[in-house]
Amino acid sequence: MSATDVYRAPALSPEGATVERHWRDLAARRRLYTIGGLVFLLLALSGSLWFANETNAGKFFDRLPHVADFFGELKPRDWFDPVRALFDLPSPYDDGSLKFDYPEGRVYLTQNIYIPEYFHRMIETLNIALFSTLVGSTFGFLLCFLAAGNITANRWLRFATRRFLEIVRAFPEIVIAGFFLAIFSLGPVPAIIAVSIHTIGALGKMFFEVVENADMKPEEGLRAVGANWVERVWFGIVPQVLPNFMSYFLLRFEINVRASTILGAVGAGGIGESLRLSIGRGHEAKTIAIVFLLFCTIVAVDQFSAWLRHRLVGRQAFAYGGE
Amino acid sequence: MNAAAINDIAARHPDAFRRSLWKRYAVPIGILLCILYTFYCAWFFSIATVLEKANWNLAGAYLADWVSYEIRPDIEFKDDYLTIDYSRFSKLGSNPDPDWVVKQMAVIERRVDAAPAPAIATNKSSQDSFMAPGAPTAENPAAPLGQSAPAAPETVRENAVVAATVTLGNGRIAITPNLVTVTRGAESVIFDIAKDSSVTPRTPLPDWIEQRRPGSTAYVSFDFLGRAEVQNDEVVAWRRFFGWANFVFDTNSPFWGKPFGEVASLIVSGARIDPSRSNAALAWDNILNNAEWQHGDVWLKLLQTIVMAFVGTVLASIVAFPLAFLAARNVTPSRIANQVTKRFFDFLRSVDMLIWALFFTRGFGPGPLAGMSAIFFTDTGTLGKLYSEALENIDDKQREGIRSVGATPAMVQRYGVLPQVLPVFLSQSLYFWESNTRSATIIGAVGAGGIGLKLWEAMRTNTNWANVFYMVVLILLVVFIFDNISSYLRRKLMGTVGNGNDERRERAPAGLPPAAQIA
Repeated sequence: MSATDVYRAPALSPEGATVERHWRDLAARRRLYTIGGLVFLLLALSGSLWFANETNAGKFFDRLPHVADFFGELKPRDWFDPVRALFDLPSPYDDGSLKFDYPEGRVYLTQNIYIPEYFHRMIETLNIALFSTLVGSTFGFLLCFLAAGNITANRWLRFATRRFLEIVRAFPEIVIAGFFLAIFSLGPVPAIIAVSIHTIGALGKMFFEVVENADMKPEEGLRAVGANWVERVWFGIVPQVLPNFMSYFLLRFEINVRASTILGAVGAGGIGESLRLSIGRGHEAKTIAIVFLLFCTIVAVDQFSAWLRHRLVGRQAFAYGGE
Repeated sequence: MNAAAINDIAARHPDAFRRSLWKRYAVPIGILLCILYTFYCAWFFSIATVLEKANWNLAGAYLADWVSYEIRPDIEFKDDYLTIDYSRFSKLGSNPDPDWVVKQMAVIERRVDAAPAPAIATNKSSQDSFMAPGAPTAENPAAPLGQSAPAAPETVRENAVVAATVTLGNGRIAITPNLVTVTRGAESVIFDIAKDSSVTPRTPLPDWIEQRRPGSTAYVSFDFLGRAEVQNDEVVAWRRFFGWANFVFDTNSPFWGKPFGEVASLIVSGARIDPSRSNAALAWDNILNNAEWQHGDVWLKLLQTIVMAFVGTVLASIVAFPLAFLAARNVTPSRIANQVTKRFFDFLRSVDMLIWALFFTRGFGPGPLAGMSAIFFTDTGTLGKLYSEALENIDDKQREGIRSVGATPAMVQRYGVLPQVLPVFLSQSLYFWESNTRSATIIGAVGAGGIGLKLWEAMRTNTNWANVFYMVVLILLVVFIFDNISSYLRRKLMGTVGNGNDERRERAPAGLPPAAQIA
């Protein structure tokens, strides 16, 4: 009570003193929890770092000075070479090796017009992403009404649908891709299936949360005039939620572009595979070309999707859910 | 309501009834475009060809492998006896003698070239009830076993398998050196075997047996429970068992094949099997180093994945936190600082996690350091962007209040800004922790540490689907636990614990940008 020496606070009533004591206790406990949590976090973090360092192939401090060496190795013969790699133009350094065989892999549309290899690969990856988003959102759309509490009265159906969506969402994409790679030969179809299945779970969850927050008045009106279940959903709910569904579709598309790139790197075709191969083989000009193309594409997709979402639902589109 | 009234209403509210062409047909046009795009993709990826070429039988077998395993006795025809082999790393250990393969032994005479081979049938000569037609009867069992004669071609007498019956679920296969009887349910087919030349059924084949050409190998299917091939020199049977074989101890372990009670009593009170350490230590070591399931390695890799996601997210949050203040318009008045920081975030985010992972795998070598660095770099960008957006959306009144009582700028941030954004920040970090636990699996497959690579390797061989499923179960378990911890903490942060409705709905907190919710 030394702080009160200067400004002498009026003496508290016994009840007031009890309240103050409780407040101090609470504050002290809160501080203890915060400090305890921070200490725990710190311990977990340092333990994790130690563990990661121990089980890594190279040790952190040994490797740290050499991490950036890779950029040095990435320096091409001349700075126009990545451009040639990007557009499949013949290189002056061509020695017949894989490293400079840029014109290989052109995809000819007519006799003279061709799509450069990496653009074609990029289109493939984008198609994987878009098509699987389409497939996933179609099924997600069909399932989300079954999972929504305000549309589906049957508790068990709702429960089953939700658990299904959860499992499908958490199931590692890479296992689905690997499984279908074993059945089909190499190619993009396994990646499509894997990304689609994951998308069903992820979008289904987002969708049913939107549906649950929909205004039920149109549905009541339709119910009053004797509409059946499908009509009520289609005319009462869908028009309200469609803009939100669309913007989630676009967001998922952004995520799926990245996912299909990564799946490509583990053998499912597309630009990811080219990137992994060119980094692994040390083809610097090709690597720069691919990284540049990938970077530009992701920025473009993000910007386009943000613009379209903004048009569709405006800024406040995602303020739902928190109340 | 009659037609006139309807027309009247339509005339008074023309806007409600005559919408623009685009508005009226947006949905059908959208659906049409989707269908057209589907056709385009079907052509682009030649989906029809791929589906046609797909090996669907393999799919069934691989799926079955997830939860079951096969044991393959290989019964070879010799001149007038049989040999039974199991694949080299059989799940039955080094000396298999399962009770579903019934052998009939007899003493036979055979000619041996040069140095005599060791006795073929060293199995116990248990006489079984099976009586195959035409099998030599075993009347004089006390024959000398494997006489080792020094001379060249010679006739030896020894105990050998002359007939065998393999039971497979609802059917069985009775085998003698020149006759194979396949039975499934009530149907049965007898094959005459001309050794090394042909397999001939005596009756027309039912639909569960397939023979592509007359005299060639017959493929017998016992549905899920097994299959067999009757070839002209051997019969190969696959019998399928549910479950994971040798999940705890592998066949090299001294505890292998013992019932649980016996293992428990050995561990608690048994004499030391290995004098240098206790039985418990030995058992634990055997479990960890189980050659088929590699529990120790799998758990280590799983822990790496968890650690990658955890460290990556924590470090990204720590770095993104101060940078977000720099990037927020309303906190840092400098336009240049805002823009530079924001573009930096965009750069980190747009260089894909894959590129970071490949790059750091080169830098640090394969392992969790590479994976956690990749997550750290990508998420610094994403979290920084989300944090700065949250900062830009704060309520200004609290800040003004703090400022108006003469607080220093640092105090204004601490008491005017932080209490508003901290729960949002923490909740976003938790969300990313959760979603990174999922994505850490997949970047592991390019070498960035964790269980991803192990999973990928197990899948590439196409023989370890049970191991794949085991790892999937572990991953699902981890994801499930962390999802629950994270959503519990998030709801606690947002102060909504305890007032959820009956379905325990997990709602994204307010102000959490969509990218965070959907990942």
